[in-house]
Amino acid sequence: MVGYLVLENGEIFEGDRIGYNSDTACEVVFNTSMVGYIETLTDPSYYGQGIVMTYPLIGNYGVMPEDYESDGIFAKAVFVHEVAEFESNFRSKFNFDKFLRDYKIPGLTNVNTRKLVRVLRDSGTMKGYLTSNISNIDEIMKKIKDYHVGKAVDKVSSNQVKVYGRGKNKKVAVVDYGVEHNLINSLLKRDCEVTVFPANTTADRILAMKPDGIMLSNGPGDPADYDTQIRVVKKLYDSNIPILGIAFGHQLMGLANNFKIGKLKYGHRGPNHPVKDLKQDIVHITNQNHGYYIIGESIDKKIAEVSHVNLNDGTVEGLRYKNKKVFTIQFYPEDADYIYDEFIEMMK
Amino acid sequence: MPKYKDIKKVLVIGSGPIIIGQAAEFDYAGTQACRELKKEGLEVVLINSNPATIMTDKNMADKIYIEPLTVETVKKIINIEKPDSILPNLGGQTGLNLAMELEESGFLKEKKVKLLGTGVDGIRNAEDRQCFKDMMEAINEPCIASKVVHTVEDAVEFTREIGLPVIIRPAYTLGGTGGGIAYTMEELEEIAGSGIRMSRVNEILVEKCITGWKEIEFEVMRDRKGNAITICSMENVDPVGVHTGDSIVVAPAQTLSNKEFTMLKKSALKIIEALKIEGGCNVQFALHPTSFEYAVIEVNPRVSRSSALASKATGYPIAKVASKIALGYTLDEIRNEVTGKTYACFEPAIDYVVVKVPKWPFKKFLTANRTLGTQMKATGEVMSIATNLEAGLMKAIRSLEENVEYLKLDKLTELEKSEVEERLRIVDNERLFVIAEAIRKEIAVERICEITKIDRLFVGVIYKLVKMEKELELNQMNSKMLEKAKKMGFTDKIIAKLSGKKEEEIKKLREKNNIVASFKVVDTCAAEFEAKTPYYYSSYDDGCEAKKSNKKKVMVLGSGPIRIGQGIEFDYCSVHGVWALKKQGYETIIVNNNPETVSTDFDIADKLYFEPLTREDVENIVNVEKPDGAIVQFGGQTAIKLTKDLTEMGIKIMGTQEVDMDRAEDRKEFDEALNNCGILRPKGSTIFTVEEAKDVANRLGYPVLVRPSYVLGGQGMAIAYDDKEIENYVNEINTIEQEHPILVDKYILGREVEVDAICDGQDILIPGIMEHLERAGVHSGDSISVYPTQNVSKEHEKKIIEYTEKIAKELNVIGILNIQFIISEGEVYIIEVNPRSSRTVPYISKVTNLPMIDIATKVILGQKLKDLGYGTGLYKKSDYICVKMPVFSFEKIKNADTSLGPEMKSTGEVLGVSKKFENAVLKAFIASGANVSKKGSILITVRDKDKEEMLPMAKKFKEKGFEIYATYGTSKFLEENGVASTMIEKLWEGKNSIIDLIESGKINFVVNTPTKGKQSNRDGFKIRRMAVECKIPCFTSLDTVNALYKAIENDVEEKDLEPVNITKI
Repeated sequence: MVGYLVLENGEIFEGDRIGYNSDTACEVVFNTSMVGYIETLTDPSYYGQGIVMTYPLIGNYGVMPEDYESDGIFAKAVFVHEVAEFESNFRSKFNFDKFLRDYKIPGLTNVNTRKLVRVLRDSGTMKGYLTSNISNIDEIMKKIKDYHVGKAVDKVSSNQVKVYGRGKNKKVAVVDYGVEHNLINSLLKRDCEVTVFPANTTADRILAMKPDGIMLSNGPGDPADYDTQIRVVKKLYDSNIPILGIAFGHQLMGLANNFKIGKLKYGHRGPNHPVKDLKQDIVHITNQNHGYYIIGESIDKKIAEVSHVNLNDGTVEGLRYKNKKVFTIQFYPEDADYIYDEFIEMMK
Repeated sequence: MPKYKDIKKVLVIGSGPIIIGQAAEFDYAGTQACRELKKEGLEVVLINSNPATIMTDKNMADKIYIEPLTVETVKKIINIEKPDSILPNLGGQTGLNLAMELEESGFLKEKKVKLLGTGVDGIRNAEDRQCFKDMMEAINEPCIASKVVHTVEDAVEFTREIGLPVIIRPAYTLGGTGGGIAYTMEELEEIAGSGIRMSRVNEILVEKCITGWKEIEFEVMRDRKGNAITICSMENVDPVGVHTGDSIVVAPAQTLSNKEFTMLKKSALKIIEALKIEGGCNVQFALHPTSFEYAVIEVNPRVSRSSALASKATGYPIAKVASKIALGYTLDEIRNEVTGKTYACFEPAIDYVVVKVPKWPFKKFLTANRTLGTQMKATGEVMSIATNLEAGLMKAIRSLEENVEYLKLDKLTELEKSEVEERLRIVDNERLFVIAEAIRKEIAVERICEITKIDRLFVGVIYKLVKMEKELELNQMNSKMLEKAKKMGFTDKIIAKLSGKKEEEIKKLREKNNIVASFKVVDTCAAEFEAKTPYYYSSYDDGCEAKKSNKKKVMVLGSGPIRIGQGIEFDYCSVHGVWALKKQGYETIIVNNNPETVSTDFDIADKLYFEPLTREDVENIVNVEKPDGAIVQFGGQTAIKLTKDLTEMGIKIMGTQEVDMDRAEDRKEFDEALNNCGILRPKGSTIFTVEEAKDVANRLGYPVLVRPSYVLGGQGMAIAYDDKEIENYVNEINTIEQEHPILVDKYILGREVEVDAICDGQDILIPGIMEHLERAGVHSGDSISVYPTQNVSKEHEKKIIEYTEKIAKELNVIGILNIQFIISEGEVYIIEVNPRSSRTVPYISKVTNLPMIDIATKVILGQKLKDLGYGTGLYKKSDYICVKMPVFSFEKIKNADTSLGPEMKSTGEVLGVSKKFENAVLKAFIASGANVSKKGSILITVRDKDKEEMLPMAKKFKEKGFEIYATYGTSKFLEENGVASTMIEKLWEGKNSIIDLIESGKINFVVNTPTKGKQSNRDGFKIRRMAVECKIPCFTSLDTVNALYKAIENDVEEKDLEPVNITKI
């Protein structure tokens, strides 16, 4: 069945429907990964967004639920060039289409994704609407206009405290703004006991467990929308307990210290973002997924110093807070997992 | 300025002649490196024995030595030039081995020459089997159970331990020469024996066979600080068991989940960190198809064929960046020239797929074994870029120029289903087509996967293509179906054929429905950043990103994959054509599909279209670019073939026109042209049938030369001595449908002379006349060629110049042409005129100091020779004598007949330059790898009619102190004529057999002139193969032996030869 993606600027992209048959508005972003569509789609930070995959063949190795980064797909929609018909991998349990259907996610295939990405690159991230019926454009445009990702964190954060692992090494509290499994797994691998708190947990509650360290997780949306969480983070900051902030968590810590947040024109989404660790003087190729960033000029040098920068556009990728055992990074540390080791070290 | 301040003068080592396993990719890498070093303000000294390369061009380096790539010669050059450093990792295995030998001998230390890039320990740990294994063990990376051995006995013992099958890999050889899989103990003994012989250090690795595992490659880079990146992953469609050079390869890897991908990627990065790589590196993995078990197969601590492919596949200039790293720069300091905004320190994201398909030389070697295994057999490759695998495969297949445009071979359609299923078990060059046939015969995809071990995803690609064929055959044509077929890469021609329509109708329907090709950019970043590189590929998605400019523009058609008869020389010509056009203020557009070449580097032409060189694909580009003209005369036969099509598209052919090109090719018209000029040619006629051929042959008198029209490198050409042979040859030619008649000419035994010339319509310019040492009958590409001529009289020379001028004008040549002459019994004949650039253009340009392509381009653009300052007529002779010698790759292709004849068989060439002929010849022989020692033994076995001629040579060798072995007839003849020899039985077993003798290693070379016929069961054939497999030169032309004698007779030895800096010629 034919489907359309109508963009905020009026441009329409045609494709064939895949996944769940429903219409939806979304914020359209693109991801440049050549492998890892399962991890991408199950990353909670994509909440509310429609993901355009720049790699043209999606679903090649089928779907294996053991690779999910969370309990489902939080993106609103997915747009791809082609879905594999002969998927193949020894671990694959089902195909890409079923994956989408299972989570009631609509999508389009046979989309001219490169053309779409070029529009997003030139005009910046846009909102859009996925539908099979474009007879009433005005109504669609209104739906697009009215769409807001909103307070996504509430939707993706867990609603109860969960404890993982019985590690003897360190007790770590994770504040879940939409945490990816691999963040937790990386701590478990380092023999930690990990307690995951919902995003609306108070600072007192977290501190009450007397953690050796706190990790502020990744998450979706605009961090400036979350006053309560910012206040919680400020309290945690003042507690002198070692803190590692990742992506969304990194931004919240910046806001807690009155640094400013900006929005990138079309975000950093993909596995190939070069980030320079200024202390090591080494570049790490990192996986990223964010639309917002901490504005470098707004950083009070008395409070924090820049530890990592993006080699491509020079944006801040990491901060080390002075006189505190606090450091935060904008990227996902899975390909630079020395970050976890530093965190463990800091807790000693 | 380089980061390392003490670097001022760098020696770059090239890779030598083109052979199977080491082709144009190193000219590409070396050229990028030289350009980069010069840009950094360094003095560059270059050594390479291959004169057809772009890297040995005067503007590429400050000092250029076209000299044998031996330790001795490199030492001499270091003594003369005193470079402070060597860049060894861009010249393939040859360059790396040389540098290592120099280092190991302590010479570099003594001369205070620094090895740039990866350190000696790193190279050793990657290259030496045992060191590599130890290192992998130390860093906990899995290898395959294996053991290094030096004897067959040890190989057998270890195999008993780990069980059959096992793989044999000789150390320090190119493209896995001499390796193979042994399924039985007998096979093991045979392969292990030959592997040990072929290895420079007589060493082989016996390892557990993991045939059928996925074969995955990663191209990675690291700098001195430890920044490390992955450029590209690649997956072999043919699983482990087929050499990666013979595999269809796709990029990026397609069937790996993120978990597997990350696992291998981390392993690759860990390995290059452990090896402390500074530059590019290739890591090959085997991955178990149904588990996470993997093994590191091989690490190449240098740029390679795969890195050339990865560069073209991603747009990331690996060789250039590797050179900068060698100079001390780090990845975070080097700009990404594609975007101009980002840095080289990132991992390319691509939003298309790339398919590489090898080009094999089996049409040249009818007796050759076509099975594919661990020994690479392909001479070249094509690459295609598309938005899906189906279109990628279809584009690649038509880029091969095998007259096949889709996955169907007629000869397979006749097979029964069960026969097809049997054929699936055979791994050869037709496997792809067999799979398609299996699908047509409704063998299940799962069954095909089971037999072939090819991944379901890839078999699925073939399935979809066959399904599309059926759809086209069965359904009424409609725009929706047409669009689908176009998106899957079907050409109009094939769609028309399948749907029973005319090609023109399909094209019209397409245009009516706006189903037209649009071009997308290769930008390293999946459109995330705006790209500055005009590097395009076609798709049938809308949104064309290529924009026509307002400048005057010329399209240059490239020469496609490297094959015997059309090699790197034509890329040299295409690239120089582009440069010359640019200098004249034109915008240049190049079309080519060979990832190994310089021409497909994104900063050569103003615009690069990476596309098949077929009418339809070229027309798509023409529709977008609307060039003011096209140049076809530089791209070999590939480009020439497009002349008519371009003319029909209304594109002006710049230079010699189509009708005149035809006149040079069409027998009748060519005869007329020669008649008009009063030039003789061997008598002959055109025929279609065997009967006609016999009539003509008998009328002319045997021997006669038989050949198809419009061929390259003498394909299908043969000398026939009687009716029986005529029958064989004509039937052989006719196995492929002939559009044009077959030519039968009187074979004239004489001296062959060759000329490349430029004509502007009024005047001609001949840089030099070349003489072939082998008599007519040996293909010019396989002959030793000498410039300037040594045995041509003044009078004949005058005639050659006169004829060249006459025929060039008669054929209205504007630009370049190549003429083959024969001088026989006082007469000068023309045997062939090619109104295009030839194999000898690069070499003659270099040794005469006349930039032929630059001049030809100016002439094509309308300038006159007399205004260009080089004069007209024959250019002044050089003080140097240059000997071009062919190099073969016979040892790579089992059962290929090595005897030389009218059909070209060499894959590459080397050059010897000296003021003395004997020294030039000696250099050339050394460079070609021949044994030129002044004592030893030779084996002679010649046919009766050559015995008389062989006699004086045998005498001379005997007098020099050589021991002569000969087979019965030859030995008897020599004895009767006073030359003592040891008679050797033509036995194939036991003591005192030929095998025994050849294997003993005491023979310097074999002289064997082939008896009639091409059968592979003859003794001569077996002797030749045996010699080749034992790495002993085997000469099949007495003229070559004579030349070798001249080199050996010479008192001069290698150490006395003086290297010549050709920039000073």
